[in-house]
Amino acid sequence: MQWETVIGLEVHVQLATKSKIFSGSSTAFGAEPNTQASAVDLALPGTLPVPNEQAFRYAILFGLAINADINKRSVFERKNYFYPDLPKGYQTTQLDEPIVGPGVVDIELSDGSSKSVRIHHAHLEEDAGKSLHEDFHGMSGIDLNRAGTPLIEIVSEPDMRNSEEAVAFAKKLHGIVTSLGICDGEMSQGSMRFDVNISVRPKGQEEYGTRTETKNLNSFKFMERAIKLEVERQIDVIEDGGTIRQETRLYDADKDFSRAMRSKEEANDYRYFPCPDLLPVVFDDSYIEAIRKEMPELPDARKQRFVESYALSDYDASILAADAATASYFETAQAVSSDAKLSANWVMGELSGRLNSEELSIAQSPVEAKAMGELVLRVKDGTISSSGAKKVFNTLWESEGKSVDQIIDANGLKQVSDTGALEAIVDEVLANMADQIAQYQEADDKKRKKLMGGFMGPLMKASKGQGNPKLFNEILQRKLNN
Amino acid sequence: MSFSSDDIKNVAHLARLHVSDENADKLGADITNILTLVDQLQAVDTQGVEPMAHPMDAVQILRADDVTETNQRDKYQACAPETEEGLYLVPRVIE
Repeated sequence: MQWETVIGLEVHVQLATKSKIFSGSSTAFGAEPNTQASAVDLALPGTLPVPNEQAFRYAILFGLAINADINKRSVFERKNYFYPDLPKGYQTTQLDEPIVGPGVVDIELSDGSSKSVRIHHAHLEEDAGKSLHEDFHGMSGIDLNRAGTPLIEIVSEPDMRNSEEAVAFAKKLHGIVTSLGICDGEMSQGSMRFDVNISVRPKGQEEYGTRTETKNLNSFKFMERAIKLEVERQIDVIEDGGTIRQETRLYDADKDFSRAMRSKEEANDYRYFPCPDLLPVVFDDSYIEAIRKEMPELPDARKQRFVESYALSDYDASILAADAATASYFETAQAVSSDAKLSANWVMGELSGRLNSEELSIAQSPVEAKAMGELVLRVKDGTISSSGAKKVFNTLWESEGKSVDQIIDANGLKQVSDTGALEAIVDEVLANMADQIAQYQEADDKKRKKLMGGFMGPLMKASKGQGNPKLFNEILQRKLNN
Repeated sequence: MSFSSDDIKNVAHLARLHVSDENADKLGADITNILTLVDQLQAVDTQGVEPMAHPMDAVQILRADDVTETNQRDKYQACAPETEEGLYLVPRVIE
């Protein structure tokens, strides 16, 4: 049987406000536990929430960016459930009257095609605190610093059909919210978290299968993996004659395994009702239009600009323009080096590889954009070879504060490009390589190419690694081929 | 609409309230009475009436995005049953 996967996403985006959604507590990441949890966040009796206007502005900005309807009137509800990191016993959220109505996000796929994913709505709500289950002699530890951090929850329609589409959608949202500056996009700090609804159905069947929800994925890689595992699991269950239970699942990245959470049947009875502490929030057209005027450049427009102003390929431009931090890094590097293509290669190659292997975001890169630009400039003007540049890059990565030129000088990486000096070295080296020269001259073109390496080694050695390899190659060709 | 003692127990469980069997029967009858009143309200034709989200006919005031709270952890934690390393300790919860 051929199966079709159906995927919908719920995406929690932490808004980059300074203070919480209903209190004046700081939202800064990484503070000592409970030092940013005030009386309102702790739900002490007698406290009243007062909403943060900036959270609404950010939500409206997002809605406008995806061409969604903005609801001029929105209402907060109480979603009731018990958990220790939710001190009020309910989450203040929106249900029937969310701030952002239906919209659309376009995604590009690796085969060059594109697809529209419909957004059902996006609503404002507060984040919960954090529960720590280890090391407290049988107790759980609760940190409420995160409680009350403003979130928008973006709910998609079930429009995605495989993990590639789901990841492309997630990345596109990441690009949009970081470009808008409404979220810092730091996935490792939980700034964006994904709940994935997955079901399978026989290909051609219209009706959806029973879905499961895998909660709280905080990286694109884990999301892709969790989807693949869950699709395989569901197909196995059905093909073995079983049925899928509607349930919430947790993916454990360390064990690469997902398990069902305890039955949510009862817990799903959230008994929503309008929050009596908060009045309806109302905006007029001129307020919304003023926000529209502040709309910064979005990834699609930026990609187009990169193709046009820097003559980058579609592929390069889409990667570099995808999120605000990468785009600004690239533009700084290219402004310093005045070489867009070479800057693009370094950002997407050496830098991105190293960031990935060390699981860092580009904002956390030890090599700053300006230094990267200086490095590219020195490759471009021939001061260093590409292998020398890799050494400079590694040194920049390990040791902060040194400039590219200082590193080049300190490590003797400057290439010798004086053709007279290089020619003298070539003559000296060739004088002792009569056998190899004879062998080379008897060889055909294809073999000659291979034999060149045998000359380059001694030349680089004789020049203490500082000879310009490109010029060495030219001189060699000239001397050997006549 | 009637409310059985099983309904009472379910709602009580969701709200983490302890309700004895005896009380469950009594509360079931009380709430059924209240719901009878609600049924009367339900009979009113409300076509074209916009649902109210709040009894006050007013609009929410918003605040500027400023950090106005300072760290008062020691005071808040003075009334907590148990704390450690700045965390509130609670009976172990694990999904």
